Amino acid sequence: MESKKIWILLSLLLVAVLVATGCQAGPGAEEDELQVAFIYIGQPGDLGWTYEHEQGRLMVEEELGDQVNTSTVPDVPEGPDAEKSIRDVVNQGADVVFTTSFGYMDPTLTVAQDNPEVIFEHCSGYKTNDNMATYFGRMYQPRYLSGLVAGRMTENNQIGYVAAFPIPEVLRGINAFTLGVREVNPEATVNVVWTNTWYDPVKEREAAQALLDEGVDMIAQHQDTTEPQKAAKEAGVLSIGYDSDMAQFVGDTVLTSPVWNWGTYYVDTIQEILDDTWEPHQFWGGLESDVVKLADLSPKVPDDVAEKVDEERSRIIDTEWDVFCGPINGQDGSEMVAEGECMTDEDMLSMDWFVEGVEGTLE
Amino acid sequence: MNIVLERRLEKARWAVVIVPIASFLLALVFGAVLLLAFGINPLQAYRVMVSGSLGDQYALTETLVKAIPLILTGLAVAIAFRMLFWNIGAEGQLAMGGIGASYVALFLSDSLPDPLTIPVMILMGMLAGALWALIPALLKAYLEVNEILTTLMMNYIAILLVEYLYLGPWRDPEGYGFPGSAPFPQEALLPRLWGRVHLGIIFAVLAAFIIWLIMNRSQWGYEIRLIGENPRAAKYAGIDAKRNMVLVMLLSGALSGLAGMAEVSGIARRLYQGLTVGYGFTAIIVAWMANLNPLGVVFVGAFMGALTVGGDQLQVAMGIPAAVSLVLQGAILFFVLGGWVFINYRIRILRSGKQKQAGELNE
Repeated sequence: MESKKIWILLSLLLVAVLVATGCQAGPGAEEDELQVAFIYIGQPGDLGWTYEHEQGRLMVEEELGDQVNTSTVPDVPEGPDAEKSIRDVVNQGADVVFTTSFGYMDPTLTVAQDNPEVIFEHCSGYKTNDNMATYFGRMYQPRYLSGLVAGRMTENNQIGYVAAFPIPEVLRGINAFTLGVREVNPEATVNVVWTNTWYDPVKEREAAQALLDEGVDMIAQHQDTTEPQKAAKEAGVLSIGYDSDMAQFVGDTVLTSPVWNWGTYYVDTIQEILDDTWEPHQFWGGLESDVVKLADLSPKVPDDVAEKVDEERSRIIDTEWDVFCGPINGQDGSEMVAEGECMTDEDMLSMDWFVEGVEGTLE
Repeated sequence: MNIVLERRLEKARWAVVIVPIASFLLALVFGAVLLLAFGINPLQAYRVMVSGSLGDQYALTETLVKAIPLILTGLAVAIAFRMLFWNIGAEGQLAMGGIGASYVALFLSDSLPDPLTIPVMILMGMLAGALWALIPALLKAYLEVNEILTTLMMNYIAILLVEYLYLGPWRDPEGYGFPGSAPFPQEALLPRLWGRVHLGIIFAVLAAFIIWLIMNRSQWGYEIRLIGENPRAAKYAGIDAKRNMVLVMLLSGALSGLAGMAEVSGIARRLYQGLTVGYGFTAIIVAWMANLNPLGVVFVGAFMGALTVGGDQLQVAMGIPAAVSLVLQGAILFFVLGGWVFINYRIRILRSGKQKQAGELNE
């Protein structure tokens, strides 16, 4: 008896499955639309790095939706299999592929060389090809501005910085932030902890916690999620976000965030491809473009600090001055950039040293 | 009424074939219900998985790429399980093999004649894996330390050791600080035969054949099987179980080490993240599904490779998290293991009257 019942149940289940599948039709991609694929290292729900790329993609859908069809592949690790994910979207018919993490650089180049008819845009790297461009932003500029806020708002002059990898991009961010901090508060130091991952909510939180245990009263970060900000808030400590306006998700303990804003770049680039005017490039926009910005300041930030931020922002936008103009000392106090000199883009892109005021090692 | 399991005196030949297939189909039905619950058309999802893993040349090559480490670690697990040594440590032994081979590629290849580089990498990879497996074997043989715990825990030591090396001392000095060793020189790369399919596929098939010969045609294989099937009889026959434990684990570790060598030399072409992605754990499913038969491991390994690649396609083509394929793998193992119970045992349903009788008999 019992076994018969089980069989009836199973058969019913099978019938239900078959009926249900018969009712649905597969999604069909329009042939004449430009197929644009985005490779993500995390989930758009990280509310940080990938979230901002997703916002950019949504803007593309909104403005060019009748001419393009976008798709995403989330959670693609920066390992040997990234090449496979990139090849997969090309095999699925992608005309344009945006690969949005540094570690995708070599795999993107390999696939680009094999598929000359497809256009590749790699975020944050330095290798290009006839059909492969790079795009990024001078995040160091808003980072410097956020440093001004942090430097004025710290009380014990100890600031923690949760950072992903000791690569030039991240070192530039730490240095710019520290220059901002020390501009308004020469006594303050910035303590760096490496997580060796872009996206790992647990590790990001643990690193922030380690810094908080050491007694820092401000947390800044170069990661993909809001976890360091949440850890700071739970410890009753102020923080500086990154990637997105993290105050939106965490609250006004996040004083401000240097943020990415990819929408304009994505729309413009895809428009160029549609118009057939696209050429390989190495885009590196600053505050004057709107690819990088400083999010609105928290109500906790006093007016005089806001004024200082506005002042410095204008100096940068008017190209009177840039963050890495001397005099700048290295971690050991030796002169790295002389007064009256500014680092070239090339030097900034291969930065491998810390400025004075950073506590931490390059490994 | 009472249900009891009764050991079958003779295994039905047909059951050995039918039960795994039926178990697999049940797992598919289970997966279908799960997919339906998430509003996904299961037939379409399965179609995408099949065409994405076997549908064209590229898909086939990627399936074989995944099959190589799965077959080698599957063999490693199968021979250990054959003598009831529960080696859960194939992942760590694979990692150590990767380290051993990488050491040769990074630091010895200059002083080796080019044609010798690959053979020495193979030797070092197998040696490193074997030595890593030797530790739990000795602990179990002479101190009776539970091997499930030691092999499992040693995985994490090996995985973190890989991480330490590519983040620290072996980090590419010209990699701008990004994690990962320097790329291997040309002579340290396993030649690729078809797409990303490299010479490792030959190693895998050859290894399966050799292991089959050992298990079925040699005195040693007979001893191993006897220990597994009837430890007491083996003891009376004068078979040295401890010695065999050590030898089998050396071979098991060497096979996983070879898998690690093939991964770094054939796929990643350097030591960095993405070496340990769980092949050594999936290997346990492979070994069981193949009923610990070395030739069966080849086919099941290829099948699990297809499942992994097909799962990735779900993500690319339908936006379903690739984790679905992990759920399916788990379901398949669950049903297949459940299925083996029916091969080895028959179900007897005892009416209450009979149960009493049985009870009386026991008294």
